[in-house]
Amino acid sequence: MIDVRTAPAPGAQVAGSLAVRSWKAPIAFTVFVVAAAILFIGLARDAPTTFRLSNPNDAIQLPELVLPAFATGIIATAIMATITVYAFLRAREARRIPLWVTTVFAIVFLVAFLTWAAAGSTLPMIGLLAGSLTVATPLIFGSLGGVISERVGVVNIAIEGQLLSGAFVAALVASITGNPFAGLAGAVLAGALVSTILASFSIKYLVDQIIVGVVLNVLVIGLTSFLFSTLMTADSATFNSPARLPRISIPLLADIPILGPILFQQSIIVYLMYIAVAAVWFALFKTRWGLRIRAVGEHPTAADTVGIKVRATRFWNVLLAGAIVGGGGAFFSLAAVGSFQKEMTNGAGYIALAAVIFGRWDPIRATLAALLFGFATNLQSTLSIVGSPVPSEFMLMLPYVVTIFAVAGLVGASRPPAATGKPYITS
Amino acid sequence: MKLELRGITKRFGALTANDHIDLVVQPGEIHCLLGENGAGKSTLMNVLYGLYRADEGEILLDDQVQKFEGPGDAMNAGIGMVHQHFMLIPVFTVAENVMLGNENTKAGGVLDLEAARTKVREISARFGFDIDPDAKIEDLPVGVQQRVEIIKALSRDAKVLVFDEPTAVLTPQETDELMDIMRQLKDEGTAIVFITHKLREVREVADRITVIRLGKVVGEAEPSATNAELASLMVGRAVSLTVDKADAAPGDDALVVSELTVTDHVGQVLVDNVSFTLKRGEILCVAGVQGNGQTELTEAIMGLQHRVLGSIVLDGTELVGQSTRGVLDSGVGFVPEDRTEDGLVGEFTIAENLMLDRYTSEPFVKAGTLQLDALARFAAEKVTEFDVRAQGIATKVGRLSGGNQQKVVLARELSRELRLFIAAQPTRGLDVGSIEFVHKRIVATRDAGVPVIVVSTELDEVTALADRIAVMYRGRIIGIVPGDTPRDVLGLMMAGETPSEVAA
Amino acid sequence: MTSTDQTTAGAAAAPETPAPPRQNQILKEIFGGSAMISFLAIILALIFGGLLIVLTDPVVQQTSAYFFSRPGDTFVAIAEAVGGAYAALFRGSVFNYLRADEFGAAIRPLTESLTNATPLIAAGLGVALAFRVGLFNIGGRGQILIAAAAAGYVGAYVPMPPVIHLIVALVVGLIGGALWGGLVGLLKARTGAHEVIVTIMLNYIAFYLISFLLRTPGALQAPGQSNPRSGPMLETAVFPKIAGEEYNLNIGFILVIVATIYVWYLLNRSAMGFQFRAVGENPHAARVAGINVERTYITVMVIAGALVGLAGVQQALGNFTGGIAAGLDAGIGFDAITVALLGRSKPIGVFFAGILFGALKAGAVTMQAAEGIPVDIVLVVQSFIVLFIAAPPLVRALFRLPTPDPLFHWRKPQLARKAEVTK
Repeated sequence: MIDVRTAPAPGAQVAGSLAVRSWKAPIAFTVFVVAAAILFIGLARDAPTTFRLSNPNDAIQLPELVLPAFATGIIATAIMATITVYAFLRAREARRIPLWVTTVFAIVFLVAFLTWAAAGSTLPMIGLLAGSLTVATPLIFGSLGGVISERVGVVNIAIEGQLLSGAFVAALVASITGNPFAGLAGAVLAGALVSTILASFSIKYLVDQIIVGVVLNVLVIGLTSFLFSTLMTADSATFNSPARLPRISIPLLADIPILGPILFQQSIIVYLMYIAVAAVWFALFKTRWGLRIRAVGEHPTAADTVGIKVRATRFWNVLLAGAIVGGGGAFFSLAAVGSFQKEMTNGAGYIALAAVIFGRWDPIRATLAALLFGFATNLQSTLSIVGSPVPSEFMLMLPYVVTIFAVAGLVGASRPPAATGKPYITS
Repeated sequence: MKLELRGITKRFGALTANDHIDLVVQPGEIHCLLGENGAGKSTLMNVLYGLYRADEGEILLDDQVQKFEGPGDAMNAGIGMVHQHFMLIPVFTVAENVMLGNENTKAGGVLDLEAARTKVREISARFGFDIDPDAKIEDLPVGVQQRVEIIKALSRDAKVLVFDEPTAVLTPQETDELMDIMRQLKDEGTAIVFITHKLREVREVADRITVIRLGKVVGEAEPSATNAELASLMVGRAVSLTVDKADAAPGDDALVVSELTVTDHVGQVLVDNVSFTLKRGEILCVAGVQGNGQTELTEAIMGLQHRVLGSIVLDGTELVGQSTRGVLDSGVGFVPEDRTEDGLVGEFTIAENLMLDRYTSEPFVKAGTLQLDALARFAAEKVTEFDVRAQGIATKVGRLSGGNQQKVVLARELSRELRLFIAAQPTRGLDVGSIEFVHKRIVATRDAGVPVIVVSTELDEVTALADRIAVMYRGRIIGIVPGDTPRDVLGLMMAGETPSEVAA
Repeated sequence: MTSTDQTTAGAAAAPETPAPPRQNQILKEIFGGSAMISFLAIILALIFGGLLIVLTDPVVQQTSAYFFSRPGDTFVAIAEAVGGAYAALFRGSVFNYLRADEFGAAIRPLTESLTNATPLIAAGLGVALAFRVGLFNIGGRGQILIAAAAAGYVGAYVPMPPVIHLIVALVVGLIGGALWGGLVGLLKARTGAHEVIVTIMLNYIAFYLISFLLRTPGALQAPGQSNPRSGPMLETAVFPKIAGEEYNLNIGFILVIVATIYVWYLLNRSAMGFQFRAVGENPHAARVAGINVERTYITVMVIAGALVGLAGVQQALGNFTGGIAAGLDAGIGFDAITVALLGRSKPIGVFFAGILFGALKAGAVTMQAAEGIPVDIVLVVQSFIVLFIAAPPLVRALFRLPTPDPLFHWRKPQLARKAEVTK
């Protein structure tokens, strides 16, 4: 390997002048500082913002936090500006900016933004965060399925279709059986069924995986809408009035201040999501199953030469991915709404796909990305209630804009599994 | 363990890649499988390894007939393989690669990485390798990656070990070390199949030699056989190992490269302060082990590298900073080293490929519109001139054999008015007939007064064509020596020793 | 300067393998070829659609309850359900034989099909062109919305003299689509961002952007209105009808024919199209041949965006003349992908595929009105068509057709490059 540091003198000189510095982070920081200065100082809203940290009926009550919007804005902008200067200095020395710096920057910006946007009113933080978790739940299931599928080498554009089919079958089965858990099981099967088509067309018939995914989404929309209009509309009592999944408050844990009401007073499907995230992460990185999945997605020929059956591995894991996504789809009809509606997933699958990429094909990071997107969505509805100066459409755009930044390499380098999207062909 | 192949036949459509091949390899023996490119060596080994299913014939291990459904079965039976293109996952660690497919697990399928590390250390100690089990493959040099491949095979208790063209990516010194490892394995009783087309290596290490030509076993030879004997057996006729060419009549300086440095996107230096001058009517061969900056050097001249410092002046014109289009328009002809990837569009017809880099001006384009009649006439003429064997000019290039594909590339590049001709690995993967054709055309181009750069990793080719030889090592030109420099000197230079050190 | 263009007397080019008998070849091409596959895919999809209709038909459900006592009833019900549905589809899309007495009314469905086909063909051409360069343009929805908003703004709020107004609105709309498409090309070229992800995300961004503009007075919202909708197009900006006032068919269809011919010329006869195809088939070789691959990505996405934009302009100035809304894309962006696939990314193929899907859309409306079958059936049929077309071996297996010449795979040196790079 030719190493810059050990190269002889002429090379070393050159290396000095060509050393790669990344200005992306400081530039991005600058953009945010400018935005902060314009919004929080230029368009200042001078009124106190109240952050409510407890629900009225919580066991332990926390005092409300009141921040003056203008002062908070100035302080926050100053802190962010300082961090930006630091980032420029680091970048000039061609050194990385530590993660915690970025985190602090983000939190400061967020607090200032909330204070500014909700100036003069009260923000129910518990409701905001708990709601974000709820909104994020199907996104997380979707992104877990996406991670597994892409890690094993099959691009999963069909997350949307898997979610929608899960929502539909969950409503149908839960209505007929009167049992929401049967509905959940049905949703899992429905997701796996959509995946079966994805897997067989892309693995057996070598059809472009993106094409199959796109077409499957259209197919599922068509099928569920068709059956909704015929079957469910004709007799909604029998076919579209499912029992909902129960909401469970976990004893003790639910009483922890702030965290309790956010994390542990949720629908059962949210608890399933906690388990799913932990299980997928552990299995992917600590077990034989995970090692083989990653091998097949990175270098299928190498996996084949050590006796791993590439196509079978891909097939079954794409099915598994679909099953997980399908189960998440049940959230829409059995937890959020209580019945099936036409196209009720409304693009959640594409946000989940965005979370996969933004989370760099890692289950934990993808979950965090989904939480961020869920937060943006829920913040938008909360702010539209308290009356915010930011148009709700721009809040709703956020996940998509962030994802474009991510794939454009402005937010960290994203490297997908090497063989994802490529069919494995042998003679 | 004794390996025996009986009557192995493998067909791909109309092509018979292996035709009733018999082979016996005894334990503690290095058996060389010699044949030129496309002779069917790799197909045979893929059959042995369970990657392909044979149409006829059987595989026996210690006289037991085996039935392999896939590589897993072959491995379980004790067959290991060190692949030409390493079968390692770049983002995995050494230990993970070694355990993959053969994992030690604790309860519930949880990986036992410690067991894998121990195994890597054990085998490393046995052969004196210095390998960190937790190093990522993509961070390791090629030679070390190959050792990981060997460890991988041995960790599965391979009793028959196949080395498929293992020396292509190694320096002569690394090659010698590999030979030592092979001898050690042989002494431990492993049966070794060594696939190569390099005669020198065969004679050095082989106990027995089987020669394959056009999918058939054409004979066996003793390690004492001469190069000429082995070569004629391999090719099926007497082969002249040299190229007929008159002495060069160099003219004025045409190309002046000075202080050329190329880096990649993370700042790693790929070409390191290279300077040389090339005269009209001479062939400069750039020799070196694959991956020492030769590719990047040609790409830098062609405007295909982005981070380039220094200057490349052709007949008074600076090429650095020009687009590839600009370089081509300056009169540079280029045969890229990977013709299917970089030289041709497989789905295009022969005619379309013949105008691939001439889409801007007459005769093929007028007022932004293609001139299909002019193209057809040109293509018909070139197909005849360069003896491209195809049904017609509308045949898709992807359907041609490697030799005919390369002729299409040559026809395209040599039919422009050239001030410089660069051919990178011009004969890689070609049969001997095509190699002779390509070499003749290169010499003819030189004799017409064009300066020529030939990049090759094959010393035979270098010594046959070169008027002067530049040897590259780690991005630097170690030295520029006359075309008749002895092989052993070139070999040492390829390992990084400067000519003065060699002489000393 | 030296010419190396010497002539050597070479042997005449001899074919490598003898050609198979001509007749066999022709038969094989017909039955194994792509036209046959397309036709069979359509048939199969219609069969599946029929199955769906049968399964949800109330009469079939009733009669199947006593299937074993009187199976005939069930079969009659099935025949009536499917026959009725597809008869209505035909009446709604080609020729209304129930009004055969009056030719003008009977032929009306055909003009409706062509009207429906107009934006599908335009957007399909945009998707197909990008396909040929190896780019997957899923951004039809966004490009349509932006183009429609741009054209709609000019059409509704910027008065101009006749003819000029129409042309300016059209051009502004095309530029809108071109910019939104070009943005994808730019991101791909400059940062390597995968166009599939970028286009999907840009669809949503465009949707929310247009939604915002449509509810913002002074932007697109009609003055004094509370609905998220623009004001009606001014008379001077509306696409003129070309088949008489009683039919909806407008000049957009002529524009689409022109666009089809243009794309055909571009791809098959122009130097730029040659570069496009080279990049699409092998970007590495294209780069070595001096083609600027990055610039090609940008150029093709600008042109593709403009073509898709034509569909948006058609929607704004032809179909939503009462005022544009955020829903005017009406699924055309995604339909365009299926149109491009069915048309095998060739301009002429796209043209006819667009007409087929336009006819399905037109017929579905009649099917819903006459037989109570939801229009969503079209999505199902459409997706089945594409799935079958994409997997010829499946169709061949279902119909037991011969396989054409075993595909000679253009062998890319799979792992060679990687092994060399990771040194």
